[in-house]
Amino acid sequence: MYLNIIKFGEALIESRSLFAEAAWLTLKLTAISIFIAIFIGLFFALLKISNIKVLEWIANFYIFIVRGTPLIVQIFVFYYGLTEIAMISGFWSATLGLAFHNGAYIAEIFRGSIQSIGKGQNEAGRSLGMNRSQTMKRIILPQAFRRALPPLGNQFIIGLKDSSLAAFIGLTEIFGAATTMGANTFDYMTWLLVSAVYYLILVFLLTLLVSFVEKKMAASD
Amino acid sequence: MSEAREMIRVEKLNKSFGDLHVLKDIDFTVKESEVVVLIGASGSGKSTLLRCLNYLELKNDGKIIIEGKETDPKRDDLNKVRQKVGMVFQHFNLFPHKTVLENVIEAPTQVKKIKKSQAIEEAKSLLNKVGLADKADDYPSRLSGGQKQRVAIARALAMKPDIMLFDEPTSALDPELVGEVLATMKELAKEGMTMVVVTHEMGFAREVADKVVYMHDGRIVEEGEPNQLFDHPQEQRTQEFLSSIL
Repeated sequence: MYLNIIKFGEALIESRSLFAEAAWLTLKLTAISIFIAIFIGLFFALLKISNIKVLEWIANFYIFIVRGTPLIVQIFVFYYGLTEIAMISGFWSATLGLAFHNGAYIAEIFRGSIQSIGKGQNEAGRSLGMNRSQTMKRIILPQAFRRALPPLGNQFIIGLKDSSLAAFIGLTEIFGAATTMGANTFDYMTWLLVSAVYYLILVFLLTLLVSFVEKKMAASD
Repeated sequence: MSEAREMIRVEKLNKSFGDLHVLKDIDFTVKESEVVVLIGASGSGKSTLLRCLNYLELKNDGKIIIEGKETDPKRDDLNKVRQKVGMVFQHFNLFPHKTVLENVIEAPTQVKKIKKSQAIEEAKSLLNKVGLADKADDYPSRLSGGQKQRVAIARALAMKPDIMLFDEPTSALDPELVGEVLATMKELAKEGMTMVVVTHEMGFAREVADKVVYMHDGRIVEEGEPNQLFDHPQEQRTQEFLSSIL
């Protein structure tokens, strides 16, 4: 099996509208699921540092489940489970599955970064008469979020690539488009490599975005 | 002259961290406009006593009465007491993600809900007072230790507290920067601020304090006017401590 460069180039160009649409779907899946996952992650991170045993258990149980089972299983459970309860599209099953999954990792990232902010910051806020939630929102979280950005960026990239698993519940995102074309043309290699090019571009853009935000937030250094 | 108002009254205060009994039956008062300096070896409980006064540490037993009011941490709003009792920390604890000005206006705008324009005006005059008006838009990372501590003082003053607590405010500073912070504190004392200061700066204690309190092993061993305590300590422990540091 060898790769014909010219054939590959032609495939890349000819399929551009199909893959543009697929890339758009990948982007939507990733962006929406990560957006939701950030809130899930923040919520469970706050449970974990709440010092209330029951809440900590709930958070630990959630993380235990997510980390202990494969993402593909989670996506299928969401797909078959949710479509059973409510009329929900494959897109939303995949999005929610990915959000549920990434949320656990993001929770651990946030927990670590919140706990890395010295307790002096909390004491300074409290000694000025700010209450717990004001201190958390105005003093701790902005600093914690900044520290969380590098690992968060990493998690976003993992999330983007993991969205390829949505192909298995019938979504024609980048990987789905590639396998469809591969099946149609009996030439999987070419189309998988085409998909790789799209993933590389998206990951590259995401990396730029994250480092842009990191630089912006470094103003106080 | 009428008797000055009592700002802080502590009665039979006890505090333990687990098995460690850090404060033992502390009785202690501070009157209005008084400057009280707490001295003692590290581990003697002076910082813990200070931190109990604004409830950063919660007492186990005894009474803490601030401006005539006893506060129950379980029922009452500690944030109300803390607004009256400003605190300056050894390690400054400025908010690194906020500019100097933002550090100072944070609590007035968030806690007292003062209009931002008014808070900025007040903050600027406070920064002027501590000699840092030109640093308003800098981030704390750009400041020297002494400047940071002066911003921290301005930040605490922005809440217009009745009492200021200083927890070893110069211990983390390079020697050449100690003076500027002490000068700011002296200025504050001269204006009549009620202050409780934990410090190892005996010169400051001698010059500024109305009362010096010597603590050892969780107890107040001796207290008195600086001249009396420094020159004629009554207790043997105080004598030993003073001869070890002077």
